[in-house]
Amino acid sequence: MQNRLQRIIIGAVLLVIALVLQTNFQGINIALYLASYLIVGGDVIRKAFRNIIRGKAFDENFLMTVATIGAMLIAEYPEGVAVMLFYQVGELFQSYAVDKSRKSIADLMDIRPDYANVKKGDELVRMDPDEVQIGDIIVITAGEKIPLDGKVIEGSSMIDTSNLTGESIPREVEVGNEILSGCININGVITVKVTKEYEESTVSKILDLVENASSKKSQSEQFITKFARYYTPIVVIIAIFLAIIPPLIIESAIFSYWIYKALTFLVVSCPCALVLSIPLSFFGGIGGASRKGILVKGSNYLEALAETEIIVFDKTGTLTKGVFEVQEIHPKGISKEELLEWAAYAESYSSHPISKSLIKAYGQEINQGQITDVEEIAGQGVLATVEGQKVMVGNTKLMERMDIPYYKGEIIGTVVHVAIDNSYAGYIVIADEIKVDSAQAIQELKKANIKHTIMLTGDTPNIASKVAKKLGIDKVYSELLPADKVEKVEELLLQKSPKGKLAYVGDGINDAPVLARADIGIAMGGLGSDAAIEAADIVIMTDEPSKIATAMRISKKTLGIATQNTVFAIGVKITVLLLTVWGLTSMWAAIFADVGVTIIAVLNSFRALNVKNL
Amino acid sequence: MKKKFKLEGLECANCAAKMEKLISDLDGVKEATVNFITQKLVIDGEREKMPEIIIAAEKIIKDLEPDTTLKNL
Repeated sequence: MQNRLQRIIIGAVLLVIALVLQTNFQGINIALYLASYLIVGGDVIRKAFRNIIRGKAFDENFLMTVATIGAMLIAEYPEGVAVMLFYQVGELFQSYAVDKSRKSIADLMDIRPDYANVKKGDELVRMDPDEVQIGDIIVITAGEKIPLDGKVIEGSSMIDTSNLTGESIPREVEVGNEILSGCININGVITVKVTKEYEESTVSKILDLVENASSKKSQSEQFITKFARYYTPIVVIIAIFLAIIPPLIIESAIFSYWIYKALTFLVVSCPCALVLSIPLSFFGGIGGASRKGILVKGSNYLEALAETEIIVFDKTGTLTKGVFEVQEIHPKGISKEELLEWAAYAESYSSHPISKSLIKAYGQEINQGQITDVEEIAGQGVLATVEGQKVMVGNTKLMERMDIPYYKGEIIGTVVHVAIDNSYAGYIVIADEIKVDSAQAIQELKKANIKHTIMLTGDTPNIASKVAKKLGIDKVYSELLPADKVEKVEELLLQKSPKGKLAYVGDGINDAPVLARADIGIAMGGLGSDAAIEAADIVIMTDEPSKIATAMRISKKTLGIATQNTVFAIGVKITVLLLTVWGLTSMWAAIFADVGVTIIAVLNSFRALNVKNL
Repeated sequence: MKKKFKLEGLECANCAAKMEKLISDLDGVKEATVNFITQKLVIDGEREKMPEIIIAAEKIIKDLEPDTTLKNL
């Protein structure tokens, strides 16, 4: 690059001297122009000839050489030299821009760990993460990247997971916790037992995914590839016609005048601006999204996201936490705390999720010595004697069976009734808690022009509609079995417009067929879950549904940039070509339409990398 | 099987697109991707034909961009 810059400067100085001197000696002028031309364009000419010898003519070097030599043959010396000079300046800028974007993408992907400190006896050996095996013990000190997935066996620390999740708040880890490669250890020293080989660990899976995402091409990219295949030959053929036909049929036509036009055509004939900037935009968008904890498995999916009309959500684990928690306590004749205590005691031997949530809500030590005669009635509840009193905890069926009058009003959620010594003591409502950002997610999606938001669930209609109402979801289908969900999605696929897309959001655990059937399958909470990463087209690494709206904004921005570049590049090129035919422009404009446009388009596509405020 | 290469000195995006097309069309290649930005070539092709595929791919690359070298990854 340095070398190229020097040649450009020397060549430019010679050109200026030639232009200023304008000596009467034709020979000196020409010599100066030629010297400048060869210094500036030597490598282009050399490459052009090398290509001709190889029988591969149509590349940029060849076209530039033909255009400039042609210009000089028709005695347009300054033009010929200047065109080469500007072409080189443009190329210099372009390679600078490309280098810069390669670097910033490399920085973005800089989550690859360089080494692992492996414990061998009493010593720590620095090894390539690739060579570390499952079961090896590694030590990670403050500030180091976690090289492999594993389990903490000693020490505790704060871990920065932002590389994987986009989440800036550090996470605390201690003995027994799983940790994922790609995160950064902030303060403490931790000893970790490796559970996955490098190839299989989170960091290398993510890098692999993002790097290979470009193999699944978007429609914009496919259009560009096709366009490029026809554009260059067509422009070159028109150029040949322009050079030959008008001088033959128009009597007053001057050969050199039309050849100049033809040469101008050649300068504009490279589709580089498009071929370079469109994939760069998508790559930037995908890279940027990955920093936000959103893995997009192909440019096509990123593109499709912007065209989404219908979003279908699974309820449990996606919009709700998937964990049952005590929501309401309604005692009768005793205090709330007492009711919960009785229920927790009676249920303390059960491993049912409902029992667990009662015990968790109670939160105190349970003295199991006080509990006797425990009897579990499947599908109904538990009978137990606690401190000598007979406690019944269960659903309405149990109350009916025991002939105890209970509260019969409408309750949403799973209800646990409690009776003590055959008299009703109240009920506790247990429900799956809605995620903090679910409502915000739906709102943001509606703002992003999503036409329908739909929720599918296996839950009962009243729980489902309550959740949907709280979140502002348009439509709910409840009491669905996993297979019904596929059917529903297929039905919904028929309701969208031909260009519109349907996205399904699930947790990726038991809804793989639905994820596959939707236009875009989005899995939530993919961090550490291989199944989710495998099944989905887009993986949200965290548990936040609001990330879907973020992904959509990234998608729209990326697509916007790609469209701007396409329209701009094709527009400028065609305008310059048309102006050239009517003789309204010069080779200077053609140079701008070639390298100038490329540089502007590349700089524009840079913006796709920046997803900070999305 | 998939094989990955680094394309050192890959400077021309249009050539990269041409390489991708030509290598994809080679016998025994299921899919080939050239990523201009990461300068990587991934060939997904039949295992038995891989040696010939690589030789052919190398020729395509040299023809299109003589200054580019293919390196194993």
